[in-house]
Amino acid sequence: MESNLANYLALSGVLFAIGAVGVIYKRNAIGMFMCIELMLNAVNLSLVAFSRHYGDVTGQLFVFMVMSVAAAEAAVGLGIIIAFFRNKVSVDVDDASILKN
Amino acid sequence: MVTSALFFLFAGLAIACALSLVYHRNPLYSAISLIGVFISLACLYLLLAAPFIAVVQVLVYAGAIMVLVIFVIMLLNLDEDKPILRLKYLAAAGIGLGLVLLVQTLFVFYAVLKTPNSVAVDPDKTVGKTLEIGKAMYTEYLLPVEIVGILLLMAVIGGVLLVRKMNPVEAEKVVEGEMEKRHLAD
Repeated sequence: MESNLANYLALSGVLFAIGAVGVIYKRNAIGMFMCIELMLNAVNLSLVAFSRHYGDVTGQLFVFMVMSVAAAEAAVGLGIIIAFFRNKVSVDVDDASILKN
Repeated sequence: MVTSALFFLFAGLAIACALSLVYHRNPLYSAISLIGVFISLACLYLLLAAPFIAVVQVLVYAGAIMVLVIFVIMLLNLDEDKPILRLKYLAAAGIGLGLVLLVQTLFVFYAVLKTPNSVAVDPDKTVGKTLEIGKAMYTEYLLPVEIVGILLLMAVIGGVLLVRKMNPVEAEKVVEGEMEKRHLAD
């Protein structure tokens, strides 16, 4: 049981790190958005593993909340991406530089 | 034994799909890899005796959110990312920082595992049944659930406001200006 939890937490940490590197590495906004979803999922996995380990339902309730926030984020984030594409005809985040000058 | 084998199968699948998500430049390939991650995580939730979360994962993430993302990719007709020519050393720095983050996360989890476990846990006790989650959701956690409802309502309003129609003449001007700028840059 103990080592089992450690396995799940290690997987969660690896997925989170891959997602974080992806956010830095990707240049288009949709790619960054998908990497953020990956990070949210890594956290969900650790919450479910803890919930299983401690026999407590709270962790799964938290996962439910995180999923709702992710759905809201998808609706608003993709809306922002479409609005950005309308103004710049690209989704490259390097083109979002109006505040630079 | 079987559980452990299944864990390593789906964990490997999840990590492989996550790496392919970061590696591919074409956003559509990335999206399909992300669906692979979601499905393998749903299988891991089943292994953790959380069937409700597993089903919601497939329905909400692999179903709703990814359909939305792929719809946007198709709608915008995105081509592949341009290769990163400048700031190559920054990419290396990013990967280094990611490794640091990984080590930190694993260290925190290691510290959590080392803390004395005061709760006696019955390994056969399952809390992932839909009935138990529903009971907790509508008694103890009623207020957070209501707040999530309001959050989703605000997301709907925000989404509609963000993508409302521009004045067509103005939109034409914006597109022409951007195209001209790009022409001058090339």
